[in-house]
Amino acid sequence: MIYDVVILGGGPAGLAAAVEAKNGGAENVLILERDRELGGILNQCIHNGFGLHTFNEELTGPEYAERYIQKVKDLNIPYMLDTMVLDMHDNGDLKSIHVINEENGYMIIEAKAVILTMGCRERTSGAIGIPGYRPSGVFTAGTAQRFINMEGFMPGKEVVILGSGDIGLIMARRMTLEGAHVQAVCELMPYSNGLVRNIVQCLDDYDIPLKLSHTITFIHGKDRLEGVTVAKVDEKLKVIPGTEEYIPCDTLLLSVGLIPENEITRNAGVVMDNRTNGAIVGELRQTSMPGVFACGNVVHVHDLVDFVSEEAVLAGKGAAKFIKGELDNEITFTTTNGDGIGYVVPQQVAMKNVEDKVTFYMRVRQVFKDKVVNAYIGDQLIATKKEKKLLPAEMVNFKIAKDVLAQYPAGEIRFVVEEAK
Amino acid sequence: MKKEMTCIVCPIGCQMTIEEKADGTYEVTGNTCKRGPKYAINEMTNPTRVIPTTVVIKNAMLPRLPVKTAEPIPKGQIFDAMAAINQVVVEAPVKTGDVVIKDLLGLGIDVVATRTMDKC
Repeated sequence: MIYDVVILGGGPAGLAAAVEAKNGGAENVLILERDRELGGILNQCIHNGFGLHTFNEELTGPEYAERYIQKVKDLNIPYMLDTMVLDMHDNGDLKSIHVINEENGYMIIEAKAVILTMGCRERTSGAIGIPGYRPSGVFTAGTAQRFINMEGFMPGKEVVILGSGDIGLIMARRMTLEGAHVQAVCELMPYSNGLVRNIVQCLDDYDIPLKLSHTITFIHGKDRLEGVTVAKVDEKLKVIPGTEEYIPCDTLLLSVGLIPENEITRNAGVVMDNRTNGAIVGELRQTSMPGVFACGNVVHVHDLVDFVSEEAVLAGKGAAKFIKGELDNEITFTTTNGDGIGYVVPQQVAMKNVEDKVTFYMRVRQVFKDKVVNAYIGDQLIATKKEKKLLPAEMVNFKIAKDVLAQYPAGEIRFVVEEAK
Repeated sequence: MKKEMTCIVCPIGCQMTIEEKADGTYEVTGNTCKRGPKYAINEMTNPTRVIPTTVVIKNAMLPRLPVKTAEPIPKGQIFDAMAAINQVVVEAPVKTGDVVIKDLLGLGIDVVATRTMDKC
């Protein structure tokens, strides 16, 4: 059987993309999921705060996932669990997906369109290279989250957290509620990488200190973690000698960034963007490989699942259009990040596929106050977004109406942070 | 009483100061919109939080079931709530929204399951 659309990953992006592809007219849609159930990382994110944009209510991760799983089931979209995708190849009109699972062994699945929704994974202690020993007791925050919330294991009692990403903040509260003592959250940068509400509700509520401009310089303990050395860093992020402090602890959680999981994408030869570590995508999340789409954290790391779902709708729509031969591939605009902006998604826009607007997602490189984000084509200012505060932790969501873009025949849209006029 | 707090109504995160006056009213400074004082007064007079956590579940695919308080509970009773919730053991199957504890700590608020877990 040849599928219309095969989706690689049954997390929030894959679920929403599958629903939209099916609703858009794709008949045979299949979701491939390596875990034993659908829902992806949401299953371990038992905290609330999801869905404020999508459903106008505050849901927990599992509740948010279940709403989309229910839609997939209502539409009779088939899915394979415990199934690992090894590789994807472009054979012109069809893509072949090499897959393995315990029940069927090795299989090749053929599809007209593929949506990449593999999500991201955590940076580990190896990736950041902390000096010292490698005892047990050092976990990524997400691993500890899975142990506590799904498997029922408590990783330890005296905790230090490195990195103030949202998962680290959430785990500071979670470990505290389960009886552990969280001594500090250390953040290398002079600002937190987490959402403001998480700093307040996860740290301030429990009097957990947030040590900004601090890092861990040594991990102590041979078999089990015994403590960490924490030190202050200067503006160049270099350790200031004499500021070292030893904190005894049995557990160190790392919340030091997420990396889009793109081995399959790279092996297939899809063109990547080294700013996002994801594929270069268009307005409907089409990649450089015709018929291959990508959305969610595999494209760029999002801070809110609501925006993952929003992006997945675009990819699902794109895949459905593609198999009906309705997707235009003439690129009108490319986008680029100017001063103050780290990246922009989408990187390309084909105007013929645009309905009423294009939403550009971007992240600023540092904290800005009372600035604006301006969009230029050449020297021409085409749109402005005012923000009282711009934080690297909060993705900027910049909508530009089709009417505005349609005034320009082609070109490069450049986004920059500038003084408000 | 005087208290410093970060507003969480929007991403700006205004640093606000709230002070109780002799006449029982509150003065809020540092906010940049009118939603700030409302949040600050609520945090000062009756701060509440939804508590998401887990309970032990038997005969399910996983040993823990995620649950939450159906409504926000007073912040001061979070650890009492955790102690009560940690006593609970449920049996699969469970559906999202099923009541796991009725009337938690006499607050009139239930603890409910936040996912469906089949028996296996």
